[in-house]
Amino acid sequence: MFRNQYDTDVTTWSPAGRLFQVEYAMEAVKQGSAAIGLRSKTHVVLACVNKAQSELSSHQRKIFKVDDHIGVAIAGLTADGRVLSRYMRSECINYSFTYESPLPVGRLVVQLADKAQVCTQRSWKRPYGVGLLVAGLDESGAHLYYNCPSGNYFEYQAFAIGSRSQAAKTYLERRFESFNDSSRDELVKDALIAVRETLQGETLKSSICTVAVVGINEDGTNEPFHILDQDAVQKLIDAFEIVKEPATEAPAAAEPEGADGAGASDAAQDPPAPAAADEGAAPMEI
Amino acid sequence: MSRFSPYDNNGGSCVAIAGADYCVIASDTRMSTGYNILTRDHSKIYKLADKCILASSGFQADMKALQKLLAARHLIYQHQHNKQMSCPAMGQLLSNTLYYKRFFPYYTFNVLGGLDNEGKGCVYTYDAVGSYERVGYSAQGSGSVLIMPFLDNQLKSPSPLLLPAQDAVTPLSQSEAIDLVKTCFASATERDIHTVSSRVLFLPKYMVYLMFFFLLPVMPSLGNVENVAF
Repeated sequence: MFRNQYDTDVTTWSPAGRLFQVEYAMEAVKQGSAAIGLRSKTHVVLACVNKAQSELSSHQRKIFKVDDHIGVAIAGLTADGRVLSRYMRSECINYSFTYESPLPVGRLVVQLADKAQVCTQRSWKRPYGVGLLVAGLDESGAHLYYNCPSGNYFEYQAFAIGSRSQAAKTYLERRFESFNDSSRDELVKDALIAVRETLQGETLKSSICTVAVVGINEDGTNEPFHILDQDAVQKLIDAFEIVKEPATEAPAAAEPEGADGAGASDAAQDPPAPAAADEGAAPMEI
Repeated sequence: MSRFSPYDNNGGSCVAIAGADYCVIASDTRMSTGYNILTRDHSKIYKLADKCILASSGFQADMKALQKLLAARHLIYQHQHNKQMSCPAMGQLLSNTLYYKRFFPYYTFNVLGGLDNEGKGCVYTYDAVGSYERVGYSAQGSGSVLIMPFLDNQLKSPSPLLLPAQDAVTPLSQSEAIDLVKTCFASATERDIHTVSSRVLFLPKYMVYLMFFFLLPVMPSLGNVENVAF
């Protein structure tokens, strides 16, 4: 879109009925690095690409734990995302203080959306420049929502936001119908593959992506929202990267692949369990 | 005409003893009002953090409100600092929270127990408005006047005025300390109508693992329930 005389402030409509400042805020979301979410009946997985400003700096945190049953991944202005996460955390704490029960995700996203809408109707404010993928569990199961700077929110089976998210969306569109019945591990694998799609050629390593999961286990216990640890993620990546290689490599490499394949399938068995179990020491690892 | 009183005393006693690498926190489970018993089954102990446990006696409504407030503050702390609160930090927070209501106090007599940053047992004892002190052992509640002198006799904590500074924690082993606490409650029960030792909740804290070892389904939050004497 191009500069025009109706885009100076958020309280000016264009003749076509558009609020350009709000649309520009949505552009800011598209500039951020990718964030992907997918859900099944019992679990929700969030994954994002971590890009560091430079080799010297650490990467920005894009996934935040809001409560045991809710987490959020952001794309866009990370500072706005941080502030909104703090708001969400505070709402969850206040709700459970008053009602002694967890805040339903659906309520939280509405509050968030209303907060965003206020910024589209005040001349002294600007819209939040961040898109949020909110993953959560409530009594009606697992949910994934997308909150935009415009104040709209939508529920999704799977979605991707940020730069080069279209590649991930294409992959998700092909596969989303099977997600509802996917197991937790299959869902995490799909999330990693979707992340790889956004990298467009770059190798997928656990150092450039972050994965988080929340869900209900088969035995009925809750798996609280947590970020998977780097080693676990690397093992999962290795498991499906090896499977991908035989298609591209020459047949001469068959022997070492056979050995690798056996090793990788062992690794695929145990990563999810330790990742979920070793949360004891740092409960708010996020 | 008797004026409406916003307070009530629900009785009961709490004890905590600090050891070299453990802390025993115990309370009885009777909740009463006047000469009546409301329940025989109410725990006065609340786990605030991995290494920090609050035991309070007094007005149970204020106690519940205080527990909820501290738990919410702890959650905020965890979000901001990415770790659990230490016992000394929680000790200061509790004091500030109590003083905040200096002119309409929480009618709670608290004992905070846990492990400090070095892994040694620590016990903090409070009055209703937040005056607090780190000690080697303490008792609060209706039976405290009976239990405290007994603990003073048994544990002989060195004076904090001595130089060089001596450790207030007891050299007793964890099981000896638990036996001592059982005796405290047995004695207090003899003479204090508000304290009863048919069931006493312990939370011995060797390290985090042992704490969970003692979890029983009867008291889902925490505790090792023992029948004492009666």
